[in-house]
Amino acid sequence: MPHLKQQCTLQHNKPLMVFFVLPCLLLMAFTVHAFEQRDFANAKDKALFDTLVAELRCLVCQNQNIADSQAELAVDLRREIFTMIEAGQDKSEITDFMVQRYGEFVLYKPRLTARTLVLWLGPAILLLVGVFIVWRSAKRKPTVTTNQPDTAALKRARDLLDSQE
Amino acid sequence: MKYVLPLIVCVVIGVFLYKGLDNDPRFVPSPLIGQPAPEFSLPVLGDENTVFTPAQMKGKVWLFNIWGTWCAACRVEHPLLVELAKRDVVDIIGLNYKDENDLAIRWLDQLGDPYVFTAVDQSGRIGIDWGFYGAPETFVVDKQGIVRDKHIGPLTPADLQNTILPLVAKLKAES
Repeated sequence: MPHLKQQCTLQHNKPLMVFFVLPCLLLMAFTVHAFEQRDFANAKDKALFDTLVAELRCLVCQNQNIADSQAELAVDLRREIFTMIEAGQDKSEITDFMVQRYGEFVLYKPRLTARTLVLWLGPAILLLVGVFIVWRSAKRKPTVTTNQPDTAALKRARDLLDSQE
Repeated sequence: MKYVLPLIVCVVIGVFLYKGLDNDPRFVPSPLIGQPAPEFSLPVLGDENTVFTPAQMKGKVWLFNIWGTWCAACRVEHPLLVELAKRDVVDIIGLNYKDENDLAIRWLDQLGDPYVFTAVDQSGRIGIDWGFYGAPETFVVDKQGIVRDKHIGPLTPADLQNTILPLVAKLKAES
């Protein structure tokens, strides 16, 4: 099977793996945040930054947050958020800034408003409905499974035995 | 009777899922619509001493088109903008976003320049104020300087015919 053999060469070429492929893979891991060294004034600022970039959506690749996305816009927004934190703005000011520009959609954790009420309360209501249904059907189930023998059947069995004697 | 409730639930879920098929998950309503166009003052491409600000356009209906030479979809859209500019129905202002001036100037020389002005946003900071994320984007701004519509992605002839131009005509008729 010449095909199979060809496919295996990379795996068996240990020097290539160790000296080329592995270092490449390791380097990839470092590039992600290496260019974005940030000096926070204090640990609280850093914590605020970390929560914000985790809770805000990157609109370029919509299923990633700003922390994970490598889109250029996400890089810019990380810088922007950092500058705002440095300027002493708090969490609600920064989320307002984002919502004004990109809409409520940027918030991975939507605000509790009349429009998002269903979103917040929906799961709890569904759970309650489920519990209610289970409770009701459990209550309604007839309780016939007793260990008391059926007297009529016993009598029939005894009659049968008696008649055979 | 026993099956009525599950049937209703199934139908309701089915209707929602069926309607969801037509939804574009990438469509995000812009919070900017109905709001004043974000102000800025940026140098004009090819003439760094001139500054463009949206306030200059007060009293006019205009299109604001964010583009860059790095954006393939902008190249697709460009001939349509050139054609629209020739018809002289609405002023188009460009925002050259995170681009190099040389490349942008060459692009406009080669493909035609539909823009009354092209403002240069090298850092991308103004793009953030406009909530820009999917190049190209086109905004319709009315005479009072209010953003009235936003289109994400390249404009098609159908978009122009069905939404943008009718809206422009309507806004022009407003005082």
